[in-house]
Amino acid sequence: MVARIFGFAAVAACLAMPVFAAVALSDAAGSYTISPAGSSIRFSVGKAGGGGLAGAFARFKGSIRIDSSNVGRSQVNITIFPESVGTGQRRVDAFLRSDAVFDAANSPEIQFRSTSVKRTGDTSALVTGRLTARGKTFPEKFTAELAGLKAGTIRFHVTGKVLRSRYGMDVGTPIYSNVVDFDMTLTGRRR
Amino acid sequence: MPALITNSTTRYGWAAIVLHWLIAAIFIGQFALGFVMMRVSSQRTAFELIQLHKSFGFLLLGLVILRIAWRLGNTVPALPRSVGRFERRVAPLVHFALYAFQLALPLSGWALVSVSMLEIPSVPFNLFVMPDLPLAESDSAESFWTSAHWYLAYAGIGLVALHFAAALRHHFWLKDAVLTRMITPSSDHNAE
Repeated sequence: MVARIFGFAAVAACLAMPVFAAVALSDAAGSYTISPAGSSIRFSVGKAGGGGLAGAFARFKGSIRIDSSNVGRSQVNITIFPESVGTGQRRVDAFLRSDAVFDAANSPEIQFRSTSVKRTGDTSALVTGRLTARGKTFPEKFTAELAGLKAGTIRFHVTGKVLRSRYGMDVGTPIYSNVVDFDMTLTGRRR
Repeated sequence: MPALITNSTTRYGWAAIVLHWLIAAIFIGQFALGFVMMRVSSQRTAFELIQLHKSFGFLLLGLVILRIAWRLGNTVPALPRSVGRFERRVAPLVHFALYAFQLALPLSGWALVSVSMLEIPSVPFNLFVMPDLPLAESDSAESFWTSAHWYLAYAGIGLVALHFAAALRHHFWLKDAVLTRMITPSSDHNAE
């Protein structure tokens, strides 16, 4: 992670200095639609004895709005369709979609609605919001790192940890960790 | 007589008796659990029952190894005189087969979870991580061991039924000590 930050900083310094040094809010401000093509929502759950279960959601939608005068008033909304979960193992996917985990038939959407965005650095922010899954809503935090800004396109690398037990998805604990690690790349196209 | 723990030439000791019934209960319980866990509709319940089945499987394997070691290091009581010539030949074969099934069932189950592409860790009773057997994972290996485990289970429970029927025959028909000497070591009923 540290190496990645340094690597990132080095690339930023060489290539994108004018943009990243002072990410002018006026440049980034605006409303974006999350583009599935340039985005991914991956997750992993550690398991006893090492390793873990990794997967991704193929279908999701959302929007990012960056406030022109105050980053704190920015907003992120994401809807994930758990039916689209994929781990590379058909039986695991069926298990995750079933009422053992996502209950995708009865709860077809997982929603995240940000409630606050705090800038934590030149290119990073802490996004707090309300995550709703299987009818249960809890506050969650995600770290967003600006990963690219080009005409009309903005890209964030977003990470965060979510405790699945709170959403009625505690099946398999403690063999499988209660902590779900999210690792997302969200690319927004200016509306 | 040292507290009737070990066997003598005429009777079983408490160690052999307790191991026999403990393993019998787990073996039959595992058959029932295995039957149910493959048929419940809730995937969550199925997952939990399968983990429980694995836990008892590893417990069974440990007890069976202990039992075989105990059996090899102990006197084997002679069969009562009432036991006929045919049974004297067949009973040891059935008993040997029963031991073989007691070993083969947990081992084939362990092989099954080891080769499964699902890579679900084995954590007996949530106490510790049981490593997988060093076998290559593949869907074909999993279906082979699933079938092997299934056939062994049905053949094993059939053998248990035969063993059980023989014990009842001895007790109620022949009225000898074959069953009672596996219940308590204290009775002086071994006509030897």
